[in-house]
Amino acid sequence: MLDNLQLLFSYPVLGADLIANGLMIGSIFALAAFGMALVWGVLGIINIAQGEFVMLGGFVALTAAEFGVPPLATIPIAAAGLFVIGWGLYRLVIFRIVDRDLFVSLLATFGLSIVLQQLSNEVFGADVQTLETGLGTLYLLDGQIVLPEIKLVAFGTALIVGLLLWAFLKRARLGQAIRATAQNARAARILGIDTDRVYAATFALNAALCGAAGSLVVMAWTIHPYIGLPYTVRSFLVVVVAGLGNIIAVIAAGLGLGALENLAGFILGTEYQIAFVFVAMVVILVVRNWVLRRKREYLK
Amino acid sequence: MTSVQKYGLMGFGLVVSLGAPFLAPQFATQLTMLWLMVVFALTWDVLGGQMGYNSFGNILFFGIGAYACAIIQRDLGFDYFVGLAVGLGIAGVFSALVAVVLGVGMLGLRGHYFAIGTLGLGIAAGEIAGGWDYVGAGSGMVPPLYPTGLEGREFFFYFAMFALAVITFAALRALYQTRFGLALNAIRDDEDKAEAMGLHTTQIKSVAWAVAAVFLGVAGGLTGNLLGFIDPRDIAFAGATFGVWMVLMAVLGGKGTLWGPVIGAVVFHVTQELFWTYLLGWQRVALGLLIIAIVVFFPNGILGTLRERFPEWFGERMEERS
Repeated sequence: MLDNLQLLFSYPVLGADLIANGLMIGSIFALAAFGMALVWGVLGIINIAQGEFVMLGGFVALTAAEFGVPPLATIPIAAAGLFVIGWGLYRLVIFRIVDRDLFVSLLATFGLSIVLQQLSNEVFGADVQTLETGLGTLYLLDGQIVLPEIKLVAFGTALIVGLLLWAFLKRARLGQAIRATAQNARAARILGIDTDRVYAATFALNAALCGAAGSLVVMAWTIHPYIGLPYTVRSFLVVVVAGLGNIIAVIAAGLGLGALENLAGFILGTEYQIAFVFVAMVVILVVRNWVLRRKREYLK
Repeated sequence: MTSVQKYGLMGFGLVVSLGAPFLAPQFATQLTMLWLMVVFALTWDVLGGQMGYNSFGNILFFGIGAYACAIIQRDLGFDYFVGLAVGLGIAGVFSALVAVVLGVGMLGLRGHYFAIGTLGLGIAAGEIAGGWDYVGAGSGMVPPLYPTGLEGREFFFYFAMFALAVITFAALRALYQTRFGLALNAIRDDEDKAEAMGLHTTQIKSVAWAVAAVFLGVAGGLTGNLLGFIDPRDIAFAGATFGVWMVLMAVLGGKGTLWGPVIGAVVFHVTQELFWTYLLGWQRVALGLLIIAIVVFFPNGILGTLRERFPEWFGERMEERS
């Protein structure tokens, strides 16, 4: 560990390389976190199956590519596929737990995540898979910073989707209905908004965001059926840090987490990278709560 | 249910439990796991049911117990049974200490933040154990073997685990009948009011977690020896299996009741073994669907539903609480 730190101090460019790659990864965390913040804010559900949606998005993209779709075109296909899956899951399960207490929704979405894991294990196989994009690699500063172009694509996609989402929530009728429902579902119903449809659309939109993230994950890294939970925890972490209503903060927190995680993975060794994510979450929760406790409040 | 019927039923259960490994020796290991499940469900219910803190990471103490016991046995060089006894004791105490230390920060969190925070703790522990060479890293750890040439390994662990389950049950039953049990319920019903009434809620919560941790730690040590192999992610800190099952069993039986977790554990374990036998490859799909069905349609659990339907048979009697 100390050796790695020393290495980092002697070659600061190495740190720049790690941070640049981490920022790109972080953009994907931000995508999944948008969705989690939406569902949490509008339906009041913390979706444990978030990471499974990411994983499914990856597999949809892989399947589409097998049918000869060019890799980058699989991003909207994965998003559309997951939109349908999300809508279906809302109609099957989620609508039953919208008004129930959080414990029920946590356990039910956990059950959902187990089902999705093993179903995709049966359907797509347990192998670690990746999708070759054929994109090149960028070498900056005389090759000291190595950046695969697909990661830049991921970064750009996340920013564009974030912007589109913001515009959608601000301007579109459905977006306004979603925000109205989040503010006060009862008042929204009185004013003639079909909140059930809004919930379904929100949940499906969340799945679509995760699907897009998943297609980027499978192109930039790898995917397998049991990869979900770390993505759920990362989205949760980002949302806890950034709050529910702020898209810019979600992007910033996602990028920060990506960079931090990559640095920690280098310093502590990659075998502890996932552990770092989880420990970071616990520490952030406890510290934030500690600060609130001094005012006799707690995280709500 | 009159107390005669009740004690008759308990006596019958005791006789069946004592005779079971002799009647069906081929299932001895599964039966031992059944008692482990009972311990899981009972200890989860201390926080989840009685205190209203839904922990998804109690598996942490189980894993710590498993490793602590195995390390003691490996490094102190005692005779097998002495080492096991010392190891189990230290596993329990150490788990409780960890619970108290973690409790300072964790138990200030409420609701879903506590749930997800503890989930993170459990998985982080598994990842750390999976990278730490002192405890065998990802390839796991092998506790000392049961002495060769000595018969009755299955029976030994069966009765050890059975004894642990009975002790856990008796201890929690006694605990729930004291003022401490009432304090736990007060925290569940309204923590701020409980604090305003003068209860030292932080202290009570830490002690409750430590109580759950003691039994989980001992269960961990015992299970490590029973299975003969400690895998960091699939056995010791198996958040996705044991860690969730304990929540599910308590919910299935009826959380916040004394007998609910026991009933839930038995029903769940049998169902789960059937899934694993007849639905191999799809067992987790079936399990996930079961989880969804239980929490969506039966949030009160078996005993909770029975109490609503047949209060004259299953309702709580006041004298039980005094």
